[in-house]
Amino acid sequence: MTPHTAILVSLLLPIAFGPIIALCGSRPNLRDSLTIIAGLLTFGTVCTLVPSVQAGQVVAELNVLEFVPGLSLSFHVEPLGMIFALVASGLWIVTSLYGFGYMRGHHEVDQTRFFFFFAVAITAALGVAYARNLLTLFVFYEVLTLSTYPLVTHARTADAMRGGRIYLGILISTSVAFLLLAVVWTYVATGTLDFTPGGILAGNVEGNSLYILLALFAFGTGKAALMPFHRWLPAAMVAPTPVSALLHAVAVVKAGVFTILKVIVYIFGIDLLADTGASVWLMYVAGGTVVISSLIAMTKDNLKARLAYSTVSQLSYIVLGAALATEWGIIGGGMHIVMHAFGKITLFFCAGAINVALHKTQISDMVGIGKQMPFTMIAFFIASLSVIGVPPLGGSWSKWYLALGAVESGQLIFVAVLMISSLLNIMYLIPIPIRAFFPGVLPAPSSAGAAATDHGHAEADHGDGIHEAPILMVGPLMFTALGCIVLFFYAEPVFRLIAPIVGR
Amino acid sequence: MNLISQHLPILQIVVPMVAAPLCIILRRRQLVWILAVVVAWTCLAMAGGLMLQVLSQGPISYHLGGWAPPWGIEYRVDAVNAFVLILVSLIGAVVLLYAPASIAAELPEARASLFYTAYLLCLTGLMGMTITGDAFNVFVFLEISSLSMYALIGMGTDRRALTASFQYLIVGTIGATFFVIGIGLLYMMTGTLNMADLAERLQPVMHTRTVLAAFAFLTVGLSLKLALFPLHLWLPNAYTYAPSVVTAFVAATATKVSVYVFLRFFYGIFGREYAFDTLHLEYFLVPLGLAGVFVASTVAVFQTNLKRLLAYSSIAQVGYMVVGIGLVSVTGLTATLVHLFNHAVMKGALFLALGCIVMRLGTVELSELRGIGKRMPVTMAAFVFGGLSLIGVPLTVGFISKWYLVSAALERGWWPVAVLILLGSLLAVAYIWKVVETAYFHEPEGKAAQATEAPLSMLIPTWILIGATLYFGATATFTAGLARAGAEALMGGLAR
Repeated sequence: MTPHTAILVSLLLPIAFGPIIALCGSRPNLRDSLTIIAGLLTFGTVCTLVPSVQAGQVVAELNVLEFVPGLSLSFHVEPLGMIFALVASGLWIVTSLYGFGYMRGHHEVDQTRFFFFFAVAITAALGVAYARNLLTLFVFYEVLTLSTYPLVTHARTADAMRGGRIYLGILISTSVAFLLLAVVWTYVATGTLDFTPGGILAGNVEGNSLYILLALFAFGTGKAALMPFHRWLPAAMVAPTPVSALLHAVAVVKAGVFTILKVIVYIFGIDLLADTGASVWLMYVAGGTVVISSLIAMTKDNLKARLAYSTVSQLSYIVLGAALATEWGIIGGGMHIVMHAFGKITLFFCAGAINVALHKTQISDMVGIGKQMPFTMIAFFIASLSVIGVPPLGGSWSKWYLALGAVESGQLIFVAVLMISSLLNIMYLIPIPIRAFFPGVLPAPSSAGAAATDHGHAEADHGDGIHEAPILMVGPLMFTALGCIVLFFYAEPVFRLIAPIVGR
Repeated sequence: MNLISQHLPILQIVVPMVAAPLCIILRRRQLVWILAVVVAWTCLAMAGGLMLQVLSQGPISYHLGGWAPPWGIEYRVDAVNAFVLILVSLIGAVVLLYAPASIAAELPEARASLFYTAYLLCLTGLMGMTITGDAFNVFVFLEISSLSMYALIGMGTDRRALTASFQYLIVGTIGATFFVIGIGLLYMMTGTLNMADLAERLQPVMHTRTVLAAFAFLTVGLSLKLALFPLHLWLPNAYTYAPSVVTAFVAATATKVSVYVFLRFFYGIFGREYAFDTLHLEYFLVPLGLAGVFVASTVAVFQTNLKRLLAYSSIAQVGYMVVGIGLVSVTGLTATLVHLFNHAVMKGALFLALGCIVMRLGTVELSELRGIGKRMPVTMAAFVFGGLSLIGVPLTVGFISKWYLVSAALERGWWPVAVLILLGSLLAVAYIWKVVETAYFHEPEGKAAQATEAPLSMLIPTWILIGATLYFGATATFTAGLARAGAEALMGGLAR
């Protein structure tokens, strides 16, 4: 398969399977098998692109259709997009498996609609990954927002509607008011929107305009959840957990930080930012987001809400890496896309598993659940360590390179920010598995018992026996937890895949 | 064949004009409908033929009865009005396919043939305003289209349709009177009515107060017809109480043709130098256009009747077109022209979708539409796509318009305008999402619970327009290319 075909096929596969999946709605087993087949085929196709990217070939652009005269919807593959596409399509398979277990275990309705929009969202995420120019990226960015709206509001309750309003309100407003403006401005100023190594703005936009343009891009990419435009992410937690896991820990949020990385590397050019210092303010905003959202995370008793704020914080690592505008910073940011994806998806999987098996959503109710759900909680522990950035887990590498980037740019304060953030991560993540396994070691949280669970019926107490979630849920979460470990020892391929974007 | 292609410009008008009275004679509803459909699709084919001729041979000048201009009436087809002709005849043709089921539900049996008569006359008038190269002839066709439109609106079953129609009659007549006074003043100064000739002969008398007065009369008269804020008051009632088919047709075409005439007069006859470099019409158009966007969109957010909601949205969309005119650049005019087409297909589709709902529920009050997304999924999907286009989401035509408009504002260096255009589109999110939440986040109740999907004869035309919304949103080379050619012609000073 030539790279051109591979790009097209992997884009079209999920969306082509979407209607087929929808048609098989009355036969859940067939529908679910088809979803897995679609996932495997898509991931396989994406994988065929790896050798040519590794070989350093720039996979030439592919114009699909002329959007307006002079601007095309076009695709290519470069290292960053390769990484993102691999992560999104690979974890889609795992999440689908998990999703079957969750949706059935949770007796969710309208599963067909759910898997249909899920497939559309994957196509959109891949479109973002392959975008050859800013316009294509913007198009798929918006498709991703809209296709995930029905997923976020899946429950169709008043809560879901409220969450959906915040979700759509913030994502659409920021993208239309800021990002679109920035894109059009870039086009008017430079006459092109192509992602070009070294950037296209040098010599075209200068002085204060550079600061404003960067601000429009940074805040316009609402999916990167930079404060103060982060509220949509906690709001999106009304979604079923598989959605939170794949989309709001991996595909959607990573599409956001991916956009920022791409814009800084290929539109601004890191040299331009390093020379003018136009991105220094962004480092502080990102650093502030890292610390503040970690602090907020500590106050959340709802597990998914805590994880959501943790995600907000981790996303800003990547924005910080991009804003540092150094080679190590970019590499660190790129690697963090992968490392955080594995860590956070595991944590969300665990949250969903606990919800399905024990009907617990509040952290204060999760004391001693290690006995009932040992596998889940071990996975939770591993993933927590990876998110914190402790060896021997994948997360330590990206943090290492980000710190290197901070040193390289001379912004030592951000080394401190990264370290403080790690401490905060320990404080809000580690107590959860500790209390689960060793009830009584730590004082119980103050809000214990105050919060009611979603499903307060009979299964609340199970005694001492093992009561794990269905195997379709535990399997995927152990797999991704294992991934966190593997990525520590085999981080080199990831590094090698990313390094070419800064010419290493 | 050669004869037909030679006389296409006049056939474009004569065919529907002759067919209109035939409708009354035929009487039988089915026959009348078949005749009207054949005529409307013929018109579309002819408009396509004209466009091809223009593209291959340049502007066509057709002399009525062989009388040479400036004495005789000239029909002049160029890139701009060939584009508008296609738009009007396309909407006219598609909406007619939809009409029989809808008017059977909304109009008394006896009125059916009258409906088609008025409809064809209205089509004639709108196409006539577009094709003619004679200023007074524009007025004649304006009246033909307006009078038939008053009749069409008055056919609504709700008795308020009559007052709406009357209100429009009064305001429309004032507009038309202003318009004809303006033309009269121009005639007084130049002794000619041919547009090209007018443009030439106006040059030596440009500085006179009479021309200035003519300019003012024409500006106000046309602003009334195209519903520029704050002269839009006739529009919401007319759109709300007219039969659904009429609303769809009128909303998609009438204001668009007025915008075209506006362009033709100010860029073609007065010329860019006079209208914009000397009189700075842009300082009048851009603020009013933006005010229209914000006021009308805000009002739309609070509407509970969906037809009225979309009517206010139309006023806002006219605001965008006017802003494009006021940006005075090729990109700005491209935005306006492409938005003429884009808004026509999306708003046409939206009103057709509402027609489907009216047919099943008898109302488009928001409170009655709870859970309708479950009962009429195909109709509501069409509504959602149309709504996304109003917001300006990528891959819909609304995005293309917005892209050009924002580009034009930035090219001109008018920052705040670009920002306001984008903020205005966020208001569309508010009023569209209100409908989405009502339709999808509730269990169907009341009449909505018993509703079934609309018949295919209505769904197919609706989806043809939605298809156009999506297709020309994904690849706008065709529409934007035509719009750009038109914009370049306008900026170059058309008639000279």
